[in-house]
Amino acid sequence: MSAPRVRAGRERPAGGFELYSWYFFRISGLLLIFLAITHVVIMHVINTVDEIDWNFVADRWGSPFWRAFDWLMLFLALLHGLNGARLAIDDYVRSRGWRVFAHSVLWSAAVIFLVIGSIAVLTFNPEAFQAASSAMGS
Amino acid sequence: MTTETVPPGRDTAVASTRGFVAYRGYRPPAGMLSWALHRITGLGVLLFLLLHIVDIFLVGYGPETFNKLLFLYRHPVFRMGEIILVAGLYYHAANGVRIILIDFWDRAAQYERQLFYAVIAVFLAGFIPTAVLMVRAMLT
Ligand code: HEM
Repeated sequence: MSAPRVRAGRERPAGGFELYSWYFFRISGLLLIFLAITHVVIMHVINTVDEIDWNFVADRWGSPFWRAFDWLMLFLALLHGLNGARLAIDDYVRSRGWRVFAHSVLWSAAVIFLVIGSIAVLTFNPEAFQAASSAMGS
Repeated sequence: MTTETVPPGRDTAVASTRGFVAYRGYRPPAGMLSWALHRITGLGVLLFLLLHIVDIFLVGYGPETFNKLLFLYRHPVFRMGEIILVAGLYYHAANGVRIILIDFWDRAAQYERQLFYAVIAVFLAGFIPTAVLMVRAMLT
């Protein structure tokens, strides 16, 4: 056996779910550097909230590439972040009842936000609104 | 055999015995600050992400609904928050790379503390130009 290793993050678990979780943090983290920083530069620096409105989003989601990009980012960031919140719950919430409650809220949030986020990104159809507004003669 | 076993770069500096810097009362142990910041920034970005999923969901309700909501994001308080959010994300990303390097690369594990200084340098190199551009866009 070698000496215990210095780590800046969590120690690598021996196996099971916690080991997958450990690898998932690291792999999704590396992908998120690319996804989230590209997103910040495009949506907060090159463009800003002054330019971004519904038409901007409709244009952007005209491209399957950006839909796929946004959906992948949503999926990875949500699971990475909520899995991190799980670690925090495990650290701070000690009593059994509150732990069950906290984990229930957490996993419900995971499902609900994944579903509404996926609906938003994948089912958005700008033509429905554009047709409606031109039918109204605007 | 006592001092030799301390890996280089970890608390090997001799503490001053005089003045303000001699105060050793409350000092976080090595690595605690980087860890606490990693956790706080991670949870902070998560909180924003949840809010952001809700507002993006409203895009599907059409231009009227969505555009009416945008006044929120254009409010100065929100725009300051936006800059803080970017700061949190950049720190978390840079420190995340440090964690991963130390996990998989033995030599990096010896330079844990120096890598933390590198994280601060990378953070500032990324954040300062971003913040300047964002503040400039806000003022014009
Ligand atoms: C940008 C690239 C990112 C990288 C490189 C990254 C890296 C990491 C790594 C390696 C860990 C595991 C730490 C450990 O095992 O001790 C971690 C934890 C965490 N991350 Fe990220 N992450 C990134 C983005 C995000 C985003 C976008 C969020 C929020 C939605 C987030 C939220 C969290 C949280 C809450 C934790 C748990 C911290 C703890 O309780 O110890 N991260 N991150």
